[in-house]
This record gives sequence, C-alpha cells and structure tokens, in this order.
Amino acid sequence: MAKMIKKDKVRELLDKLANEKFDIFAPIGEDGITLYRKLGAETPLLNFQNSSKPPKEIFFPQTEKMFDITVENHRLVGATEPPMASNPILLFGARPCDMRAMKVLDALFTWDYTDPYYVNKRERSTVISFACTLPDMPRESCFCTSVGGATDSREGADMLWTDIGSEFVVESLTDKGGKILELGGNLFTEATPDMQAKAKQVSQEATEAISRKLDTEGVKEALEATFDNAYWDEFSARCLGCGICTLLCPTCHCFDINDLVVEGKASRERTWDSCQFTYYTIHASNHNPRPVKKHRQRNRIYHKFLYSEKNLGLLGCVGCGRCIYGCPVNIDIIEVVEGAKEVLK
Amino acid sequence: MSENIYKPHTATITDIQLEAGGARPIRTITMQVDDPEVRPTFFHKPGQFALISSFGTGESVFAIASLPNKDGIVQVSVMKVGNVTSKIHELEIGDKVGVRGPYGNHFPLEEWEGKNIVFIGAGIGISPVRSVYQVALLPEERKKFGNITLIYGARTPADLAFKDEFKELDTRDDMNLWLCIDWKFGPKGPTGESSAEGWPAINMAAPGETVIPEGVNKFTCFVPQLVEVVKPDPENSIVVTCGPPIAIKFITQALEKLGWKSDQIYTTLENRMKCGIGKCGRCNIGDSYVCKHGPVYTHEQVKSLQNEF
Repeated sequence: MAKMIKKDKVRELLDKLANEKFDIFAPIGEDGITLYRKLGAETPLLNFQNSSKPPKEIFFPQTEKMFDITVENHRLVGATEPPMASNPILLFGARPCDMRAMKVLDALFTWDYTDPYYVNKRERSTVISFACTLPDMPRESCFCTSVGGATDSREGADMLWTDIGSEFVVESLTDKGGKILELGGNLFTEATPDMQAKAKQVSQEATEAISRKLDTEGVKEALEATFDNAYWDEFSARCLGCGICTLLCPTCHCFDINDLVVEGKASRERTWDSCQFTYYTIHASNHNPRPVKKHRQRNRIYHKFLYSEKNLGLLGCVGCGRCIYGCPVNIDIIEVVEGAKEVLK
Repeated sequence: MSENIYKPHTATITDIQLEAGGARPIRTITMQVDDPEVRPTFFHKPGQFALISSFGTGESVFAIASLPNKDGIVQVSVMKVGNVTSKIHELEIGDKVGVRGPYGNHFPLEEWEGKNIVFIGAGIGISPVRSVYQVALLPEERKKFGNITLIYGARTPADLAFKDEFKELDTRDDMNLWLCIDWKFGPKGPTGESSAEGWPAINMAAPGETVIPEGVNKFTCFVPQLVEVVKPDPENSIVVTCGPPIAIKFITQALEKLGWKSDQIYTTLENRMKCGIGKCGRCNIGDSYVCKHGPVYTHEQVKSLQNEF
C-alpha cells in the first residue's frame, strides 16, 4: 500500500532518523549548485535539478584513506586499516538514474573480489529515490529512457518518493524501506487512490518531457566495426583532456592508489582517476598504450557502451547527461555514439 | 567483514641479487611473508603476478619469478625505472616490504605434457618466462616435456640477468640455450660502440642463412633474428615469449615465418595497474583486463584484442 508524507513533515522524519544514528546525505544548495552533503539541521532541497556531482561519492569518495602505514624504529613497515564505521547511512533524495548507476558500481566492486571500503558503506545504506518530476526534471541533457531507465525507476532504491505538490507519495520497495516507514510512524499516512494516480501522472509527464534520445540499436556493432576509424580522431580533436566527463559520471569508478607521507605520518590513499589523463595508462618505461586524446575518448565511449556490458552485464551509461552539460567544448555523448553509427552507413 | 583485498601482507627481504648493471639495473629480490598463516596462500602458478609495496612510496606490479611454494617465499626481478622500483633498489636484506596476490591467470603448463617448449625472453621479459622454465626444468617435471629451448636477449652483456643461472643452464644436456645482445652494441654496430668479445654478429639481412659456428650459442643481434637463426620447429610445440611490446611483435612475426600458428604462442601482456583485481580501470586492452583476463594470452587472443598496446 502506498503511503504519503507531507513536505512540511520531512524535516521531522529526518530528525527521527538522525536520532537512530543515521548519517543522512541529502541534496543541498552550495555555491549555486546542488550537491549531496552530510546533513545537519538544515532542510534538504526537495525540489532540485539533478546534483552537479552524483551521489556515488558517499560510497566511493573522491579521496579515501585505505591504510595507515605503521612505523617501527623510524622505518615504514606495514599497513593497518582505519576502523570502519557501522552506523546506518541514509541517502535521501537520489535521482533514479544515479541509483541505476550504483548497480553498475555494485557489480564492479564485487566483481570476483569484494572491495571492502565501498561494500561496507553500501551495505549500511538505505536509499530514498525521488522520482523525476516537472519543472526541475528532466534537464535538457537527460536521456535515461534511451538507456533502459525511467523517471520513476525503482532500481537500486529502498523507497521511491514522488512529489505531487505539497506531499510525496511514498512507495517502500525493500525491508530497509519498511524500516523507514516504521521509524517514521504516523508521519506516514495512507496515500489516497487520487494521490497514487497523480504520482503516476507526474512521472509520465516528466518522461514525456525528455527530449534527448539515443537509439541504442546497432551501437555495439558500430563500435566494434569503427575502432580504427578516423572518426575517433575527428571528434576528439576538440577535447581538452580535462576529464570532467568521467569525474561527473555516476558509473565511472577508476581510481589511483598512492602513498603519502605528510608531517611524518604515512598513509595509502585512493583518489578518483580518469581514463582521460595521460598518466592513467603510462608505463614506467614511458610507453603509453593510449598516448593521444583519440584513444582516451574512444576508451570512455567503448567502456560505457561495449566493455561494461561484456564484463558486468550492465550498460555503463544511465543517461544522466552530466558529461554533456559538463563538457567545456560541447562533446555530446549522444552525438558521438550516433555518429559512430553514421560512419557505418 | 571479510579480509581486505587491498591489504599488503608484511614480508621481510631475505636475499638480493644484482642481476644486471647498466643504465637500468635489475635486482632480484627474495622476500618471505611474515605471517606463517598467510604463507601458504601465496602458492602461485607460473605467469601470475604480485603487487609489491615499498611502504610510504607505493605499490607496483611484478611477475612472480620464484618457484611455486607454500613457504610464502616470493621472488621478483625489478628493473629500476620508476619511483617504486628505484626505492626497491635501495632496500636491504631484513627490510620490510608489502606483498599481495597472487593475481591473474597462468601459463597452462599442465596442458603441454608431451610437447616441445621454446622459451623466448627479451629484456626484463625474461622474468615471467623464467617462472615457467624453472618449473619445466625441475627433475619431476622435465620428463613430461619433449625438447626444451631457451632463447634470451638483452641490450648489452651487462644487461643480461640471471648470469650465474644461465652458466648452469648452458651445461645442461637436456635443453638448448641461445643468448644474444643487441646488434647496435656489437662489433659491427653502426654507432661504433664497444664490441662484445665472443658474440659474433649474424647476417642481419638474412638471419636464417647465418652459418652457426660449431659450439657457439651467443650472438650479436636482436631476439627476433636469433629466433630465425635457431629456427625452432613448430611441430607439436609451444612457445612462451615475453618482452617489450615491440620485441613481441617481431618475435611473433619471425615465428609465423617459420610456420608457427598463433595459438601455439603464449605471451604475457603488461599494462599499468594499481589494484590488480579489475577495479581501478587502466589496464584494459579493449574489454580485456590484463589483471583479470590476463596477463597470459595466446597470440591468437592477442590478435583478437583491440589495437591499443
């Protein structure tokens, strides 16, 4: 049975959850953009365009300490893990595309070997997704419906909330979602059939408002056939190699591992890395298997639309559109992929 | 929470051998994992790799050169080329390092019983090749295979690694050893560099026509030309070859000229890695992750990969 919660009760609900030791991450406005931040006493944004950076950084931070390096007799001799937290995490107000992206990261970080840092945080997390509704969503660059997504996708979420004006229609999808209903108690009430119909309607309207389309039929064949084609030189010529497309991407997961020694304390850290950077692939011998921008842009596109599905069974693009609006030279992933298909014609 | 896959096990350096001098020296470092309970987990198969940490400097990938064992003894040959390898070259016996692995696939030695094996190493590529021929040359293993041939080349005589071992291998009558140093450093080199005594030049224009003087198995040439001199027979045989990408390319061309099929040729590929377990990105060649799908590939598989080496 669908429930509902009034918007003016949301802060009260979050207070209750904070009392239950939840670390709450929610969209807030910061420096004119929307970001997921650990929530204090403020009220999160309930109506917002999708965040500038995806919420993946809650589980896979941009920089994360992996180990303290231990010192004995002035020598660095071993590695000890920092203690892992155990309290629950609430990701409040995730967009459906970003949670579909988390499924890709879930698959990657458990691919034969379990990544303890990521999995620990994911296992502790409960996710409340917000269906995309007008007027904030979709954005111009959104194309989730072309890559298997939906404005009200439930994938990766424990609850789906749909904004119907002064309240949200609330759908619990998992036991973790049920627990939130339980903790919220009488803040949640029954949603009337009218409210439920409205929720369906607003999701439908948002879906219809998505203007960008990528026809994925024939994409794999086109990519497999054009790897060595001059096409990839052409479109990457204007790329600046800044890497923003990968740093904003909700499915990108590449990282670097480095040892740092700061004021006598040594640690091993991991930081996001990008296949757009020269040093990403360069060998110690200076040989570089992807020496120029063409190779690196091509790798990004192929990884999203070919390699990810082969290795993890999931398309590596969820259509969030961040790489499109973030690119300073207007490289548009839809145009690039459609263009590869044109080469074959 | 299960064991942290990124956590290096502390190991103690027990032996250091300077294998080659020159501009890019090679040291073989032997270490033993400190924790007795962890030691048996390092039982590896030839071709697999490990990540070695110099704590405070970083972690790098190395082919495991040692014989498989349950005592947690891990040996790697390290060429001094970057930050981590330079730091490793400064370490002394008794120093602590970190080690994790073994990772990756392996050479399917068990499938090669009854076959002849030709090992071809170029430069530091001898290290992963050595991990296989060491096993194949063990008394119990040797009898499972036909002829064994080992071809190895480096830039200069000083760059040749495992010199003492090769002296010993040279005296074995159950295998054939061939060595070479690069042509440009030889007696007829165009740059007039110092000549190496006892390393006769071969006919570079037509290596296959070189007349081999009685008893000579050391030449001045590149490894691919030496392959053409030696002319290994592809019949019922396997090649294991490792080296820089450019060497591999010409070695496989030389073999194909001699009638070898690409599924008879095994190699290891290398790429920059950080995690070793398919998470950090970077080591992929097309959809193939060298750390997980490799590092051992047949030449047939290599040809099917996207062209980005």
